Amino acid sequence: MGVEEKLGNLGIITTTLEAAVNWSRTRAMWPLLSGLACCAIEMMATQASDYDLSRFGMELMRPSPRQSDLLIIAGRVTRKMAPVLRRLYDQMPDPKWVLAMGDCCSCGGVFNNYAIIPGVDEVMPVDVYVAGCPPRPEGLIHGIVTLHEKVKGEKINTYS
Amino acid sequence: MLQPEMELTVDELKHLVSNRAIEGDTMVLNMGPQHPSTHGVLRLLLELDGEKIITCIPDIGYLHSGIEKNMEAKSFEKVLVMTDRMDYLNNLGNNLAYCLAIEKLVDLDVPPRAQVIRVLLTELQRITSHLVFLGTHALDLAAMSVFLYCFREREIILDIFEMCSGQRMMTSYFRPGGLWRDVPEGFEEVVQNFLDIFPARIQQYEDLLSNNPLYLDRTKGIGVIPTDMALSWGATGPPLRASGIAYDVRKAQPYSGYEQYEFDIPTGENGDVYDRYIVRMEEMRQSVRIVQQALDNIPEGPFRSDNRKFVPPPRSELAHSMEAVIHHFKLWTEGFTAPKGEVYVPVESPKGLLGCYLVSDGGSNPYRVHFRTPSFANMQILPKISIGCLVADLVAIISSLDPVLGDVDR
Repeated sequence: MGVEEKLGNLGIITTTLEAAVNWSRTRAMWPLLSGLACCAIEMMATQASDYDLSRFGMELMRPSPRQSDLLIIAGRVTRKMAPVLRRLYDQMPDPKWVLAMGDCCSCGGVFNNYAIIPGVDEVMPVDVYVAGCPPRPEGLIHGIVTLHEKVKGEKINTYS
Repeated sequence: MLQPEMELTVDELKHLVSNRAIEGDTMVLNMGPQHPSTHGVLRLLLELDGEKIITCIPDIGYLHSGIEKNMEAKSFEKVLVMTDRMDYLNNLGNNLAYCLAIEKLVDLDVPPRAQVIRVLLTELQRITSHLVFLGTHALDLAAMSVFLYCFREREIILDIFEMCSGQRMMTSYFRPGGLWRDVPEGFEEVVQNFLDIFPARIQQYEDLLSNNPLYLDRTKGIGVIPTDMALSWGATGPPLRASGIAYDVRKAQPYSGYEQYEFDIPTGENGDVYDRYIVRMEEMRQSVRIVQQALDNIPEGPFRSDNRKFVPPPRSELAHSMEAVIHHFKLWTEGFTAPKGEVYVPVESPKGLLGCYLVSDGGSNPYRVHFRTPSFANMQILPKISIGCLVADLVAIISSLDPVLGDVDR
């Protein structure tokens, strides 16, 4: 297969269980197919041909929270939508991660009123915040790569 | 805080569905608000007999962001930023509606160069909006590659917007009295390159879908909106034109010099999903025509009005003119005041008629801003036309109405 032809016979690779598990988690992290507002359009652009999220093993977006690992909050979170999002988060199996995409769900953004929750972190824990209104697709990819770095640093005793 | 403040009991909801549902004869199914085919956060309550829809109750408001209320707390110029976030596929069109309203309210002139560039960019925006429609519509009907093609072309247009305004989506490029700044060097060439390739690309999409038997089976005769229903429910834009009425604000009440451009209004005959698709494809071709005419005739001259009471002076003047410094200071601290009154301006957004109603009480903030958004009006028809359809057809109908939930809920 590909690697052996280039590198010769590698024989045995030794690694730690932590490294192997974390590596496998970063290579196939399926996001939940859930968009809220403007950022969802940029999230779609990130999946489309120019930015091609499948380079990170993420082309498969699952519409069901039961099958997904990553919740990308793409857009503004209203008071009506927040309980729904929390429910989606609760339905996701562990290990799970949350990426807050854009200013609105990070801190409220331009909205300072009765309808918008100033940051989705009032409802659920967030791993990575991506700034921008909306963030460019490169910004989202940077956020995802940052999340991968975080996952790679997880310890075996934190696995639940 | 997160619990809904008004708890509804089952008894209060019983009148929404038929008696058969209460007896357990039919099934009540919840669709959304997190559903890949509802184009955002639309929630539908469906009563099903087998797979046939008996009742369809849309539940909107999951993206209500209080934009109109928020606008009342901002000065006239800052309100513009909020308009971008309503219909987030038609940012420049929303800017335009608001700018035209302000210009009508304070009687502000717009130089011809700015008008032509406004038309050019809003038509490009119309193409991007229809491309997102086409991509998601095809994706809902399980045609994956159309989505990838559409977003490829959309990126070219977004690059043009970024070139002008520095942002891909939330441009805020149109300002009361003209534009934020002039178009950059090389703009004409980039737009021309796009116009050269795009007609062939539209043909490419049509080759994939228009005669595809699978696509025809899913769209022909589905979700028919009869002409009288379209009129009585206030549908505008492609849903109205697909039902056979050639109403377009650009022709009926031309704004920004649309009367100078030659273009046709495509109409359909049957008012079904397929006709709405065909109308949008043809509209993209017409938009290409308008952009080409605008591009060939961009006049020289200022890109924004020199009425210093409403438009900030250029930075070069600040160094040597005390008057310019005063105007600049006034505009960026308290903003300009508008005379007491109210205006209403309709424009043609990609989704239909977008109206901006602006009330001023004589201060520097609007007293009330209301937007008559096309997605909201078009969405009203959904419960009517989805009765008797299959759930799979409902997916096609929703995407053919092309609602943007930010536009519905605001």
